[in-house]
Amino acid sequence: MSQPNEKTGHELNGNGSRWTGFSTTAVHGGEDRQKAHDALTDAIVCASTFSFENTQSVIDFIEQDQQRGEYGRYGNPSDMVVERKLAAIEGAEDGILFSSGMAALVTLLMAKLSAGDEIVFFDQCYHRSREFCAKYLARYGVITKQVKTGDYAAMANAVTDKTKMLVSESPTNPHLSVIDLEKFVEIGRRFKVETLIDATLATPYNLRPIAAGVDYVLHSATKYLGGHNDLLAGVVLGCRAKLEDVRSLRGVLGGVNSPHNCYLLQRGLKTFELRMQRHNENGQRVAEFLAGHPAVAKVLYPGLPDHPDHQLAVRTMRGFGGLVTFFVKDPDWQAAARVVDGCRMARIGPSLGGVETLIEQPYVMSYFKYSPADRARFGIPDNMIRLACGVENAEDIIADLDQALRG
Amino acid sequence: MHFRTKAIHVGNPTDSTTGAVVPPIYVASTFVMQEAGKPQEYDYSRSGNPTRGNFETTIAALEGGVRGLAFASGMAASHCATMLLESGQHVIAGTDIYGGTYRLLHKICSRSGISVTLADTTNLDNLESSLRPETRMLWLETPGNPLMSITDLAAAARWAKAHGLLTVVDNTFATPVLTRPLELGIDIVVHSATKYLGGHSDLLGGAMVVSDAELGQRLYYTQNATGGVMSPWDSFLASRGLKTLELRVREQSRSALEVAKYLAQHPRVGRVLYPGLPDHPGHELATKQMQGGYGAMLSFEVQGDLAQAKRLVESTHLFRLAVSLGAVESLIEQPATMSHASYDRADRLKFGITDSLVRLSVGLEHPEDLIQDLELAISQL
Ligand SMILES: Cc1ncc(COP(=O)(O)O)c(C=O)c1O
Ligand SMILES: Cc1ncc(COP(=O)(O)O)c(C=O)c1O
Repeated sequence: MSQPNEKTGHELNGNGSRWTGFSTTAVHGGEDRQKAHDALTDAIVCASTFSFENTQSVIDFIEQDQQRGEYGRYGNPSDMVVERKLAAIEGAEDGILFSSGMAALVTLLMAKLSAGDEIVFFDQCYHRSREFCAKYLARYGVITKQVKTGDYAAMANAVTDKTKMLVSESPTNPHLSVIDLEKFVEIGRRFKVETLIDATLATPYNLRPIAAGVDYVLHSATKYLGGHNDLLAGVVLGCRAKLEDVRSLRGVLGGVNSPHNCYLLQRGLKTFELRMQRHNENGQRVAEFLAGHPAVAKVLYPGLPDHPDHQLAVRTMRGFGGLVTFFVKDPDWQAAARVVDGCRMARIGPSLGGVETLIEQPYVMSYFKYSPADRARFGIPDNMIRLACGVENAEDIIADLDQALRG
Repeated sequence: MHFRTKAIHVGNPTDSTTGAVVPPIYVASTFVMQEAGKPQEYDYSRSGNPTRGNFETTIAALEGGVRGLAFASGMAASHCATMLLESGQHVIAGTDIYGGTYRLLHKICSRSGISVTLADTTNLDNLESSLRPETRMLWLETPGNPLMSITDLAAAARWAKAHGLLTVVDNTFATPVLTRPLELGIDIVVHSATKYLGGHSDLLGGAMVVSDAELGQRLYYTQNATGGVMSPWDSFLASRGLKTLELRVREQSRSALEVAKYLAQHPRVGRVLYPGLPDHPGHELATKQMQGGYGAMLSFEVQGDLAQAKRLVESTHLFRLAVSLGAVESLIEQPATMSHASYDRADRLKFGITDSLVRLSVGLEHPEDLIQDLELAISQL
């Protein structure tokens, strides 16, 4: 849990000691104790701009580097309180909120990389993150090297004196490989290269990358942090000094989140622990059900004993989340499509981490226009299904899948 | 479908025009007609609004009723129920009810010539002695407010039916997670949706659910005629709140039991009123009537007077001093000066709402953090 802030009293409990409960931090962390008009909950500050009393106060603001509102793109009370809360939950010194996970990734990488720099990526990842690095960063002369997920020797070998960042997701999307953060961080330290983990699928409830020594943690807050499939948001967390240039670049590029959205995210975070407990429980139960189902060839879930990273996952994670990837026995893509179409409760859609269960076939949803060779390279077989368990009762999710799998 | 699954899916259809997983917020105050005087599903937002309608559908499913109505506040819902009564008629209500309901019945309904008798509804014999020929309605709250008294709803409903009375239960404290009065034979359920249904201290709302369609239609007519409807924005937030209702209520109830046990053994605490404690007079009934939890509200008496209780409620840190309840944030208050200040003092004392009574609404914080907070505050008395 983050240090109490002397000035504002955020995080302090009555004793001056820290809270013990995760939910206590989720409910109260980062918030001012006494708010405007004594309101119990934070106001939604919609102002796009903030006024000054007179010219002198503008000059004071500039000369004294005062902490106050100026213009919405540089920060707004409704996004700052969420940044503080997310930092408290993550155990990070600072956090910067963005309009989406992609805006967070893009701004971070643009802030940290220049022409001629290199980054090394583990190859299993959200396809848009890969696309941004391979297609767009390349145009600015940044070179992305992809190595096989979990091959730490290959990652170390790929590092050159131009390498500026090591990047991975954990667990990876949609393969749910779990990264050994100790080994990952060790490579970064050995070569003095910064490390970034996209922990969207793990969340700070299940994984603590900052404690493992990772420099930057990124989340698509659209997923579990928001949790209700009703907002887009992204966040980068880390130490304040390293985030300063990212914050200034956000002010230039403008991928800030809206005050209304920020409030919904703040509200969603209050039930974060409860929702994660259910996502973890549902993910595990559904994975076990699928593993025993005659129509299913294979299940990828870190909580299953036959998952290649099971031991690592058990050692380093509190739970394994709601995402379950599985393969139907019939290799024809239309067989998997029939299972997806046969679901009555789970809805067909991209995204994950909300209270509603979602299901999709990665080949169709995200890789339909890729060549078979590329799909093979990225490990997306036709019969793969990605299920994002919501927080409904596990029995209902299982019954729905069961009838869909029976056809 | 299980409760939590219903809370997430019933009344939350995928948007047919865009495929949106979360239904849009329809802020329109009015709806265009194709033909004069022949509206489609909606014509004007006071009469019906898609976003409000979604919330009404969900809460009706969760309470096991056929019709839900959403109001601008809990009091607007309660008032709508009392508008079923006419001048000259009589209501029996529990003694342990929300102060605002006491005020509505005694100070507002009385102006229309409706009279009220308060009775301790934990013992149904008291109903018999309060019954008059003109009695038409029985108003119940269980657990009661602020004493957490437990009323046997099935028995009360049977008794009321036999005497031709309409029954209303304010189910704000128990929520449909723990008690579903309609399934026990009650006619009308009302809620302050401001509390657990919304759950995040960020909306005002009321809800009403009935299991009889004709009664629902009468209440809808009154709602539309008098206009205390829930706004689309609040309806959206309330629907969002329902999705985590079961998680919150179960977790908060578990924490409340821990807090109650802690207080019960504290030497400087007098009575602890929580139906989950074995020595609570309603414990056995609550175990039967409430499903898997005793709620997250509790009251206790500190040793001392009004001033001591006042000092206590002013010195906790996580428990914030505020009226209202049922949200993720824990709250503390003194009924004598706050939630039940609208009772006449004599009635307050008669019904056991003493000056040293303190009421807690246990939120989502870790119970150890809450207990530590109380420990510190009590030790400073
Ligand atoms: C692991 C991961 N990272 C990043 C993103 C991008 O986030 P957003 O959709 O909020 O831009 C996503 C999802 O879309 C994701 O699954
Ligand atoms: C049990 C109960 N019923 C009704 C109400 C009134 O609801 P509202 O404040 O939403 O009008 C309240 C709270 O204020 C309450 O605690």
